[in-house]
Amino acid sequence: MLIRQAPEIRSSEITDPGLYFRRREFLRGLAAAGVTASLPAMAGLPGSASAATPALERKLDFRSPGPFATDETWTDRDDATRYNNFYELGTDKGDPKRNAHRLVTEPWKVTIDGEVAKPGTIDLEDLIRPHPLEERIYRLRCVEAWSMVIPWVGFPLGDLLKRFQPTSRAKYVAFESILDPEHLPGQRRNVLDWPYVEGLRIDEAMHELTILAVGMYGAVLPNQNGAPLRLVVPWKYGFKSIKSIVRIRLLETQPPTSWNISAPREYGFYSNVNPAVSHPRWSQKRERRIGEWRKRPTLPFNGYADRVASLYAGMDLNKSF
Amino acid sequence: MAKIPGKLALHGTVLGAGLLPLGVLLFGALTDRLDANPIEHITHSTGKWAIRLLLLSLAVRPAQRWLGWSWALPLRRTLGLLAFTYACLHFLTWLVLDQFFDWEAILEDVAERRYITMGFAAFLCLVPLAITSTRSWIRRLGRRWISLHRLVYAAAVFAVIHYLWQVKADWLPPAIHAAILAALLAARFRFRTRPVSVAQSPGGS
Repeated sequence: MLIRQAPEIRSSEITDPGLYFRRREFLRGLAAAGVTASLPAMAGLPGSASAATPALERKLDFRSPGPFATDETWTDRDDATRYNNFYELGTDKGDPKRNAHRLVTEPWKVTIDGEVAKPGTIDLEDLIRPHPLEERIYRLRCVEAWSMVIPWVGFPLGDLLKRFQPTSRAKYVAFESILDPEHLPGQRRNVLDWPYVEGLRIDEAMHELTILAVGMYGAVLPNQNGAPLRLVVPWKYGFKSIKSIVRIRLLETQPPTSWNISAPREYGFYSNVNPAVSHPRWSQKRERRIGEWRKRPTLPFNGYADRVASLYAGMDLNKSF
Repeated sequence: MAKIPGKLALHGTVLGAGLLPLGVLLFGALTDRLDANPIEHITHSTGKWAIRLLLLSLAVRPAQRWLGWSWALPLRRTLGLLAFTYACLHFLTWLVLDQFFDWEAILEDVAERRYITMGFAAFLCLVPLAITSTRSWIRRLGRRWISLHRLVYAAAVFAVIHYLWQVKADWLPPAIHAAILAALLAARFRFRTRPVSVAQSPGGS
């Protein structure tokens, strides 16, 4: 099995993230100036990166290496972008890539409300602009007992939440994915209750490992991986890392979560990676790293126990699974 | 004499078509074209084809009764053995590629994961049917052969339950297989009862 590191990115290929995420303003400016018609001739201009350019070719500028990086071999980029669970785009692993074009990510607004002093709905560009991007090379452990190593590009969720000033009543964070059954083929059937919702306890959300990702492998997130904005919580099963986020709500009470609604016996609110607690229908002791043949042992908290185990001190993780 | 080449062509066609998914799988494996999780892909593909071929073998009798396809009756053995071939590959993929002879994990799976228990039971039901599929066994067992081969119903029911019990959220694909199996079993049940009811009410329509 060929496992390769992502190619090194020449600095000339890198789009300034501020410029990239302001691309629509930039395009509007061009349109106003009446030069839109000549855009194709301006290929290579960072601002012209649009749906026509594959996401993985739209490079980002970010701090690399970022903190907390695992030195394990990265999962092949093609595998990480063709083997996905994103039921909005279909339930087969290959469906999300096949149907990726159906996810409309422009324009994209995110609402932040609930227990915050400064609620609001803002454009993605404005949401991201204040945050320096950094690379986070994390293990990803799916509840289905496979795993990957993915170099994400993003920023700490905690930094974003602080901007909106959570109140003292903010004990939980609820996330919501896009609801667009007109375009998303998976949302035309009630496989899950749409929209997909997830949640974290506030201390989990503020934890230094928890990030919002806008990219992977040095470039903009492909749609099938949850563009344009997704959560990454590396010590929890993959389904907690909700994709294509449109709303973040701070709450006093624990929010419902999609897989827990669907099968409460099988998927708990916490869903921390735990080899000692089996899924009712399969063992979680081992996992298959994508690209490898033999299974490897699964680590408690997906190998991040030294940083996160203290969050759950005194809790019975057999009950709070 | 013209009948024999026709028969051979029929069996050959069914055999060839039945082995096609295996060919596609082998080609994919050799050219590294299976998806990012090849073991899972091989497991799912061989499992689905085992069930589909088993359902096809169960469709032959109703096809003969309802559509008059008597020529199809000898295909039951071909279809059954094809189903068994895929079931073996499915079982071996799990045993060798997935678990890699980790007997502790294998025993735990069979004992504790009910969908695996069910799949294992389906496989065990098929083994004696495959062994006794030869002409000499049919002769040797006589009427008991027919009773023994009713195990195919248990195998099909277990196999479809095995499929249903793995579902995470999308029930549709296994539900379609379950509906087809239910229809095929219902069709059989009707053949059995029909002659009886006719006998009981000779004047009936």
